[in-house]
Amino acid sequence: SAEVIGASNLSGVRHVVLVLSGKGGVGKSTVATQLALALRQAGKKVGILDVDLCGPSIPRMFRVQDSAVHQCDSGWVPVFVDQEKSISLMSIGFLLEKPDDAVVWRGPKKNALIKQFVTDVAWGDLDFLIVDTPPGTSDEHISTVEALRPYKPLGAILVTTPQEVAVGDVRRELTFCKKTGLRVLGIVENMSGFVCPHCSECTNVFSKGGGEELAKYAGVPFLGSVPLDPQLSQSLEEGRDFIREFPKSSAFPALLHIAQQVSDSASQRSS
Amino acid sequence: MADAAGGPQPEDCPGTGSAQAGRAAACQGCPNQKLCAAGAAGPDPAEAAALRERLRCVRHVVLVLSGKGGVGKSTFSALLAHGLAADESKQVALLDIDICGPSIPKMMGLEGEQVHQSGSGWSPVYVEENLSVMSVGFLLSSPDDAVIWRGPKKNGLIKQFLRDVDWGEMDYLIIDTPPGTSDEHLSIVQYLGASHVDGAVIITTPQEVSLQDVRKEINFCHKVKLPIIGVVENMSGFICPKCKNESQIFSPTTGGAEKMCQNLNVSLLGKVPLDPQIGKSCDKGQSFLSEAPESPATSSYRNIIQRIQEYCDLQHTQEEKTI
Repeated sequence: SAEVIGASNLSGVRHVVLVLSGKGGVGKSTVATQLALALRQAGKKVGILDVDLCGPSIPRMFRVQDSAVHQCDSGWVPVFVDQEKSISLMSIGFLLEKPDDAVVWRGPKKNALIKQFVTDVAWGDLDFLIVDTPPGTSDEHISTVEALRPYKPLGAILVTTPQEVAVGDVRRELTFCKKTGLRVLGIVENMSGFVCPHCSECTNVFSKGGGEELAKYAGVPFLGSVPLDPQLSQSLEEGRDFIREFPKSSAFPALLHIAQQVSDSASQRSS
Repeated sequence: MADAAGGPQPEDCPGTGSAQAGRAAACQGCPNQKLCAAGAAGPDPAEAAALRERLRCVRHVVLVLSGKGGVGKSTFSALLAHGLAADESKQVALLDIDICGPSIPKMMGLEGEQVHQSGSGWSPVYVEENLSVMSVGFLLSSPDDAVIWRGPKKNGLIKQFLRDVDWGEMDYLIIDTPPGTSDEHLSIVQYLGASHVDGAVIITTPQEVSLQDVRKEINFCHKVKLPIIGVVENMSGFICPKCKNESQIFSPTTGGAEKMCQNLNVSLLGKVPLDPQIGKSCDKGQSFLSEAPESPATSSYRNIIQRIQEYCDLQHTQEEKTI
């Protein structure tokens, strides 16, 4: 039965981490991607499950957008980004015939696919399964949290940008976590400050400090601020390994620090 | 795709509004089949007529869409409303159907406002005499309240926003949407009837990561026969306030909106540069257009608003001619 398959498909996964935000375009997929790359750098095996069905960004960020998903005896084989199979991915992007096809689905159909994603992907052994989500607190989120509940997720990382308009939506996401009993690992403030490459002046394009203030207000850990870094967005556009290629860039230390804190939370729970 | 959701390929779906919904061969095995067959997703003719009647005195409807989140849909919707309402003879209404992440109340300086019930329905909140706003944000009692709703409940509220709000006469109804191509988008198009919408303005940022979602949104518009007024490229280049040199924070690695519009044969309405003042004005609930009249971003916004106005005027004269 589906339940037996489900148990065996996620039983090799040690920690499940969700990446959430009430707001779109704040960098959820970026954080999910960089977290996976940084954890791989630290020798971990990582999977990413992309449950953003209308706007999947993960395949392109790893430059595997032309890959397809195959079937095996235990379910769907995820797409591996390298020969060592250190990072594996599952996304609706791999199931579309044409990359520009719109997935015009109402809730029930989205929910059915998410359930299948949770039970039918043959992840094998993973240290971390990172779940990248669309913005909001609706069908995808309710279904994902419900489907993952038996596997006791480690918690959620909430991503925001510094402006009040974004922070406002993330406040609502915190309420979602509280109501669904999902532990908040912490808040990441993305796109905070841009250092002009010509004169080194730092401009707070989208204000500054909103994420840290929210963490203080809500009493949850603040995982750090990631500056606006054109090298980072360029790497994501081209699907390159930012963590390996740009250790001197301004976003690098912040991203590594976030991954370290997630690792620490995981080892605390394991011990 | 056939086995992905245990349902048909999206191409074979007859569409929730079709008479075949839930009954076509392709519907076999689709998790939505029961819902569609029961007519829950399809339009109820009496209800559709009631909606049309309510919206009869709306001259122009403009939808603001994007497949991608955080590209500036709400910012643009708010500024479009302000820009159109600068002409005091025009009545402008702004409807926010982003149910889980309503940004419009804050951007319009209306945070904490509540909706009042009157004999003729819910009263929208007024910014100016000729500019009214409705959002789920006005129905929440605290900024921490999360709207944790699945599709049908969201659809119900959108219907109520159209049917039960005492909008009065309107020259323009601007509708701000959440990112994606799902319940909210299908519902608003279905309730309004695609033919009653002047068109959609699609917002993007220059990177491919954003454009790939926006192409999906353009396909959605074609699929539901929603005319596209054009595309706005937001966050297009950043001019350092100190040295005045331009940087591409979100680099157009695949040619940006310009190339996409050429390829897909859609008009590019304009490009708006990143100006830190835009975000600040939104947070303060003030119109960036009047806060920073000299900014290059203001002049691009104004040009774009004017093009939309011209497009709508043209629509109107065409309609009059056909009558």
